[in-house]
Amino acid sequence: MVAGGAPNGGGASAEALSAKVVVQNLTIRYGNHVALRGLDLSIRRNEILGVIGPAGSGKTSFLRALNRMDEFIPGMEVEGRITFDGRDIRRVRNVYALRSRIGVVFPLPVGLPLTVYENVALAPRLRGVRKGSELDEIVERCLRRAALWEEVKDRLDSLGSLLSGGQQQRLTIARALSQEPDLLLLDEFSIAVDPVTTMRIEDVLKDLKNEMSIVLVTNLVQQARRLADRTAFFLTGEHVETSDTARIFSGIVKDPRTHDYIEGRFG
Amino acid sequence: MNPQALARSRDFDHRGRAWYADRAVTVFVFIGGTSAILFIGGIFAFIAREGLGFVFTEFDAGEFFGSIAWRPTSALDATYGALALIVGTASITGLAMVVSIPFSLAAAVFIGEFARGRVRETLKVLVELLAAIPSVVWGFIGFSIMNSLIIDIFDVPIGLNVLNAGIILGLMAAPIMTTIAEDALKAVPDGYREAAEALGATRWQVIRKVVIPAAKNGLVAAVLLGVGRGFGETMVVLMASGHSINLPDSVFDSVRALTATIAAELGETAVGSDHFRALFTLGILLFLVTFAINLAADIIMRGIRRKGERGRP
Ligand SMILES: Nc1ncnc2c1ncn2[C@@H]1O[C@H](COP(=O)(O)OP(=O)(O)OP(=O)(O)O)[C@@H](O)[C@H]1O
Ligand SMILES: [Mg+2]
Repeated sequence: MVAGGAPNGGGASAEALSAKVVVQNLTIRYGNHVALRGLDLSIRRNEILGVIGPAGSGKTSFLRALNRMDEFIPGMEVEGRITFDGRDIRRVRNVYALRSRIGVVFPLPVGLPLTVYENVALAPRLRGVRKGSELDEIVERCLRRAALWEEVKDRLDSLGSLLSGGQQQRLTIARALSQEPDLLLLDEFSIAVDPVTTMRIEDVLKDLKNEMSIVLVTNLVQQARRLADRTAFFLTGEHVETSDTARIFSGIVKDPRTHDYIEGRFG
Repeated sequence: MNPQALARSRDFDHRGRAWYADRAVTVFVFIGGTSAILFIGGIFAFIAREGLGFVFTEFDAGEFFGSIAWRPTSALDATYGALALIVGTASITGLAMVVSIPFSLAAAVFIGEFARGRVRETLKVLVELLAAIPSVVWGFIGFSIMNSLIIDIFDVPIGLNVLNAGIILGLMAAPIMTTIAEDALKAVPDGYREAAEALGATRWQVIRKVVIPAAKNGLVAAVLLGVGRGFGETMVVLMASGHSINLPDSVFDSVRALTATIAAELGETAVGSDHFRALFTLGILLFLVTFAINLAADIIMRGIRRKGERGRP
């Protein structure tokens, strides 16, 4: 990794070459409303990038732009350039192939109206895995990694929506892992999950970092502190700063507002 | 106890305007709600009284279901074989479903899943307008336009037949099926679509693997209600089918339907005569079949609702 250089990621060519995702001058609008303004940021390989900021600061909008989910949201406009492994994501010819490499976990678990097994087997099936034994193996591996296997191994054929909220959230994490993503986007994954399960999932994320890049949007400043290698602070559409988490939390900030926010001295 | 509190607790026995208004509305909506039961019961009792009289006297099940000789006006030897009428109705309805099911499901998927904004709203309004076209207008289209089209295209002597009535009836049932099917698709939470698309599924994969399975019950109900609609339709089949008693060999044969027979003959029969009561027996048959279809649709719809309550939105 690029030691200490250009924490904001923009323009630094060494960083641009080694980063997983490079975001340049990203502006997101909903009609006249600007949700994110001129964001420059990169996501490195094998890092957890924490994204913090008060409600409405543009965190979810940022994630949506990363896998081109803006296409489903009427009125959402995205400007600027995002590259994924060096490829401009606006220019890829098969957006589905791009999305299949990006796992997404939504704030509230969305258990598809399928069985537990089928929820996890869907993505492998979509990419053409047909063999039962192979699917079984993928399903078990992903459920184990999401710390859910022991609880559901006897009810793989019951509806995913019948699991408890925390179990459903781990099911969506297992589903995201079944894509074998190289980028995992988590949007406030823990708001419907109890503290014990949250800790278990956090341990899983620390492990997963060895295989992929993770963007962790969170309202819990302490969660960013525990997990993130670097932390980005957004404030009403403005990218205030991105720095090593350790630096930010030891008070070394470029902007006093960051310090105020993590100290809880904000609205 | 303080005097104010005492005064207020006296209100416990005082029934004000709000109390009476509440009672009045309760009674009114109760009557409104239960009158449906009354009407269904009343209609069935009425049809049964006329029709069952026939069933228990002249009625011969072998003849009714097995013979095509519907000769109610023959002075010497009146026969009441309804087979041709049953087959007529079944063949027209069957063809209508072949036409309307793929058509309306495709339309519903397009409107619900692909069309956006202005296009979608316009299409929805148009489909509702189509559903509002009176059946006599459809019958007229069958009688004049379709008739000559069929004669020209297929080079057959007569264009009033199963093909004509089936297509017209199918087109007529399609808007209703489309609307109900589209409602079923709309009831599928957007979160499902977003979650599936985030997995990298194409739009068609999302529809096939997630949306249609989730909306399955509603779609089946839409089809059943369409079938019920087609089955009970009268004017179109009277005008477009050729209205001749016949066991069809092909779609180019004219047939006669149950509903059309009742509509065409009832005015010419003496009240209480065998013929009159035989027509009511046809009515019982129609009533039972439509009732069964609607009941099935209803049970299936209830199934979705119950499942929807359990799962999260
Ligand atoms: N679909 C939409 N239509 C219109 N405006 C939207 C839409 N989604 C988000 N916005 C607006 O864009 C801004 C950023 O929203 P976003 O969801 O990205 O915030 P967030 O940082 O994720 O907030 P939270 O922490 O509450 O989830 C907000 O002002 C919001 O009102
Ligand atoms: Mg958000």
